[in-house]
Parts: sequence; structure tokens; C-alpha cells
Amino acid sequence: MKFERFGLGILKGLALTLKHLFRRPITTQYPEERLTVSRRIRGNELIWSEEKCTGCATCAKSCPQGAIEIVTSISEDNRYIVEKFEVDFGYCIFCGFCVEACPYEALFLGYDYERSKYRRQDLVGAKEDLLVSDQKQASGYGHPEVETTLPRQTLLVERDKVRK
Amino acid sequence: MTTVETGFNSGSSLASLPPDWPGGYWLHWGVFVIIILAFVFLTVLIFIWLERRLIGRFQVRLGPNRAGPFGILQPIADAIKILLKEDIVPAKGDKLVFWLAPVVAFVPVLLIFAVIPFQGGALLADLNIGILYIVAVSSVSVIGIFMAGWGSNNKYSLIGAMRTIAQVISYEIPMGLAIIGVVLIAGSLSLTDIVAAQNIPFILFQPLGFLIFFIAALAEINRTPFDVMEADSELVAGFHTEYSGMKFGLFYLMEYAEVLAISAIVTTLFLGGWRGPVLPPVLWFLIKVFAMFFIIVWVRSTIPRVRIDQIMGFAWKFLLPLALINMFITGLEVILLPEVLPWPIIFLNLAIAAGLVVLWSKFFRLGGGRVEV
Repeated sequence: MKFERFGLGILKGLALTLKHLFRRPITTQYPEERLTVSRRIRGNELIWSEEKCTGCATCAKSCPQGAIEIVTSISEDNRYIVEKFEVDFGYCIFCGFCVEACPYEALFLGYDYERSKYRRQDLVGAKEDLLVSDQKQASGYGHPEVETTLPRQTLLVERDKVRK
Repeated sequence: MTTVETGFNSGSSLASLPPDWPGGYWLHWGVFVIIILAFVFLTVLIFIWLERRLIGRFQVRLGPNRAGPFGILQPIADAIKILLKEDIVPAKGDKLVFWLAPVVAFVPVLLIFAVIPFQGGALLADLNIGILYIVAVSSVSVIGIFMAGWGSNNKYSLIGAMRTIAQVISYEIPMGLAIIGVVLIAGSLSLTDIVAAQNIPFILFQPLGFLIFFIAALAEINRTPFDVMEADSELVAGFHTEYSGMKFGLFYLMEYAEVLAISAIVTTLFLGGWRGPVLPPVLWFLIKVFAMFFIIVWVRSTIPRVRIDQIMGFAWKFLLPLALINMFITGLEVILLPEVLPWPIIFLNLAIAAGLVVLWSKFFRLGGGRVEV
């Protein structure tokens, strides 16, 4: 005689849900809590290195949207000076072609995934907005040599670190 | 106020009851109308918040936690939202019936609380037929639901209302029979006397009766697993599809007030009402009501909805015969074993309940689907 069919099944179910009552909720409360993203993430943020850039404009040519505007002048020792490097993130589709196309490894994608702005002109990123800083670190996307130096990571929440 | 002295309630008397507090016919009436209204509305707000939080935790979520600390203002925000919504009446609906339905559905639920004792003597009307009054009055809200289904001129509403009628009327029979078991032991229909008779809570004398009453009550108030009437995935929202604004608010209020009423009735009939050690009686009553509500939410979060044919089959083939047998056995015990000490009878009844449930599960089969041997 299987007692599952005489009410025991229901009791088992009730015991299971009661156990769930005392579990920690799996919800991530987004603005307060964030997932620690993988450092290989293809975030929608572009990082530009002033030292490595030669002003060749390969990135601008490879951009399917034409979102990169680059203006150069020639210096006295016959090198390009990048006077203007502007990316309109309103047009950018974050395809990463520019990162892959750059022959001097001057472009990287970052981790950030929060790009919403209140005004359209805020979406345009000038040279100064694209530099590496403490908040903006290059991810491993498109750069295998960067990727090998990064620690192994997953998308799981490290709650103790994240919770404020 | 006399109780039949049997083995079940030997030594109980109403000597400990306070006098007719707070005194004076009209003053008593006015004070208790206000108390009941405040109690129902406040507890419904707490229930809505508690249910959403609890369901969230049962599903390993958090539940509402944005409005106020722990989301405690969420039901108030919901109420404001509902009140501010546009009040739409279907163009081809039956206007008068559509307008009257929420009132007809809600008022009987409020009326139930007139006879529920919050503590000894603290009730609006100490009717000597209290439980009969509850059974009679609670049936009226079905008419309101049917009026809503009819007046909406909407097929989903009508189907939802028809299902509700079939379900509620079917489950009233085992529910009434389960109540008769309690009445037999207590020897009175008055809720005050029934509570006063419970030196030992009747859930121990009537385990089968409690089970039948609880299941039937869940069906009666259309809670999961018997919520076919508003089965969101099949019927949009059942009988209140076309309702919005304050009229919908009244139906929403009715649902939770019914849950509160059922919790209070179960507390009074089976869990010893306001009686308990140490703490004040009102607090004991509230604790028991909230514990019952917790169990109802727990059941909701566990058991999936059953089909309409399963619901009807369960009422007529399973609960009704068991309720009849339970009534018969209780009657025999009251007549033949009045002087026996309570504990042998408690264990006898528990054994009978377990045996009958297993036996009837063997008999109980539903047409169609897979049948196991």
C-alpha cells in the first residue's frame, strides 16, 4: 500500500514548502545588490587608451554604425595627434568590431552595463570619458592576453561582498 | 445558557463569563459594530500584506518590500490604487444587478462576525443558534457572486460564477455535517457555549470533522486548491472580470474577509476559541486566527488547483460520506460513552479518522485519467 495516495503526498509537499519558508530568498535586489559580473563580460562600455592609439582610424572604418568620430592632425615629428575621439553611444550597437579591428590594441570593452542617460547628448562619449580609471577596467573580451591574467569567475552573486 | 454534561466537557460552566460588557443595549450594539468593522478592515489589510509576504517566502522570493518598512504599506497603496481607478460598467450588462452584486456579496461576510466571540461575552449578539446563523448567512454571498456573473454580460464571468455556485453549494453539505459533530459534543448551537465546552479543543475529539470542515471551508471561500472560479489561467478572473474601482475593491475585501471569517470560525469551533493559558483571551483568539491563516496560505502555496470535476467528485464521493459517518460515530459516542475519560476517546477518534481516510481513498476514484491499483 502506497501511502502517498492517502494524504502522505500532500504532507510531503507541505513539508517541502515549509522548508522553503526558512531558506534565504534567491532574489537579487538590483539597485542595492548587484551580481559580480565576469571579468570576461562583453559590457556595453568602451575603453580607449591614449598611449596606444596611433590615430589610424581603423576603428572608425570598421564601425557598422559610423558612431566613432576621429579627428587627427600631424605633429612635428610626423605622427598623428588624436585631437578628437568621440563615440556616440546612442548609435553604438556594442558589436565589438572596433575592439577586434584595432591593430594596436588601444580599444577594450569594460564591465559596465548601465548606460541609460536622461539626455541624448549625455550619450556622446568624448576622449576623457573613455579613459581607463578605477571604475572603468578593461574586460577580457577580444583580448586573449588580458583574459589569461584574469581570475576564474562566474556570474554568481558573492553576497557578502556585494551587500552593503 | 446550559450545557449538556457529558464526558467531553465535564465540569465546564459559564460562571467565568464576564457580565454583558460594555453594558446597555444600544451602547453595546454601537460599540461592537465599530469594533467589528475596525477589526475586519484592519485584519484584512494585515492579511493581504501577510499573505503576499508569506507566499513570497514560500516561493523563495522576498515579496513586496518597497512601500514602507517590510512593505507594510503595500495593501494601503493597493487600496488607493483601486479606489482611484475608473469605474466601468459594461454597456450591455444588467446595470442594477451589476451595481448591487458587490454589496450583496460583501455584507453577509460582515454579518458572520456578529456572533463570533472575541472573548467571553465580547460579541455583538450571543445568539442561541449562532452556528446555524453563520451557516445560513454565509450562503447568501453566493447570490452576490452569481449576480456579478450575470450582470457582467461576459461569458468568462458567467462560467466563473456557475462554477462557484456548483462548488459552494456542494461543499456546504459536508461543512454543515462536520459542524453537527461539534454541536453534538458541545450540546449547544451557541458559539459562546461551544467555546465554553472546550476544556480540551474539539480538534482532538473531532480530527475527522476538523479535516472535513477545513477542506470544505477552503472550497467555500474559493481558496486554492479550489479556486476554479477565478482560475486566472483559464477564466481571466472569473466573476469579477468586468469589475474595476471600488466595486472590485469590495470583492477583494470580501475574499479576505471570508478567509478571516473562516479562520475565526475554525478557531471558535475546533481550537478552543479565546481560551488559553497565561495570555489574555483576546490575544489567544487573535493568535489562533493568525495561525489558521498561516495554514491557509501554506496550503495555497503548496497544492495546485484541481479540476472542476475533481472538486465536485471530492465533495460528493469523499467528503459527504465521511461527514455522515463522522456524525454517526460522534452521536454514538455522545450517547453511549458519556462518562468515559477524554483521552481514550481522543485516541479512538484519531484511529477512526485515519482508518476512514485511508479506506475511503481506496473507494474514491475519478473518471478518466490514469487509474492506479
